Amino acid sequence: MDSLSGILHMGGYAGFVWPAYGISILVLVAVLAASLLTARHAEADLDVLQRNRRARRGGDSETPE
Amino acid sequence: MHRFANPARFLRLAKVILPYSSGIAVVSLGLGLWFALLGSPADYQQGETVRIMYVHVPAAWMGLFCYVAMAVFSAMALIWKHPLADLLAKATAPVGAAFTFLCLVTGSLWGKPMWGTWWVWDARLTSMLILLFLYLGYMALVNAFDDPERGHKAAAILALVGVVNVPIIKWSVDWWNTLHQPASVVKMGGPAIDASMMVPLLLMALGFKAYWVTVLILRGRAEIAAQKIRVIRMAQIHAASRGE
Repeated sequence: MDSLSGILHMGGYAGFVWPAYGISILVLVAVLAASLLTARHAEADLDVLQRNRRARRGGDSETPE
Repeated sequence: MHRFANPARFLRLAKVILPYSSGIAVVSLGLGLWFALLGSPADYQQGETVRIMYVHVPAAWMGLFCYVAMAVFSAMALIWKHPLADLLAKATAPVGAAFTFLCLVTGSLWGKPMWGTWWVWDARLTSMLILLFLYLGYMALVNAFDDPERGHKAAAILALVGVVNVPIIKWSVDWWNTLHQPASVVKMGGPAIDASMMVPLLLMALGFKAYWVTVLILRGRAEIAAQKIRVIRMAQIHAASRGE
């Protein structure tokens, strides 16, 4: 298996090997992206809430974080 | 152990670990993919389909590993009321479900050319499908209550009951007649697999582990932030009802 077409051909099993890798990459990237976005959103929301609360208390430094 | 129960400490630790876990995941999955697709030989019996093994087997290991991790976190949450354990169990579930799903799909894609069938209802395949349903059940249950505490508790009990399935999966190939081959890596007398195939297998396995750590940190951070948001909102409602 040297040439690119040989690699793509996978000894006649291209229809099984490539979908196995394709689906794996797709699912793992999707889970990672969803986790990253959820974390970013939640942390951004929290940031806004905490800043609002501090502002309402007039910069009260005793606010427990 | 309770030293690690503190969310602030978890967040500090997570910040240190995250670059390493994501770095290890990228490097070992990159190298693993190269060896799996190009740098390793075709099998003398299975031809090029053996390359499916390098995702199928590590995915199966991760499906089981994540379930055990989820059960251990759940036990810690139920016994010691460890406040982070619930969040980590909940964060592990989708990763385990994804790997179990991939194990089933890649197994099916491997089974068709080698066994002549996409699926058989034998012990190994059926018990792995049950594992996927346990993950999905856990994920549905943990979000099914308005009070997150109750959801965590119910889901933790489900996770612990379902742990009985793990040894069944592990030894299903020895206990019952099955199309699925028995273990060839983790077995008495050493692995029955050549180094040229062991290298991509272990690289992929290491990459998947590092991927799990990375996603666990991200989802753990999201859960901690969500919990803080709930606490602040509750305090606001409380203050409003007192007429402040």
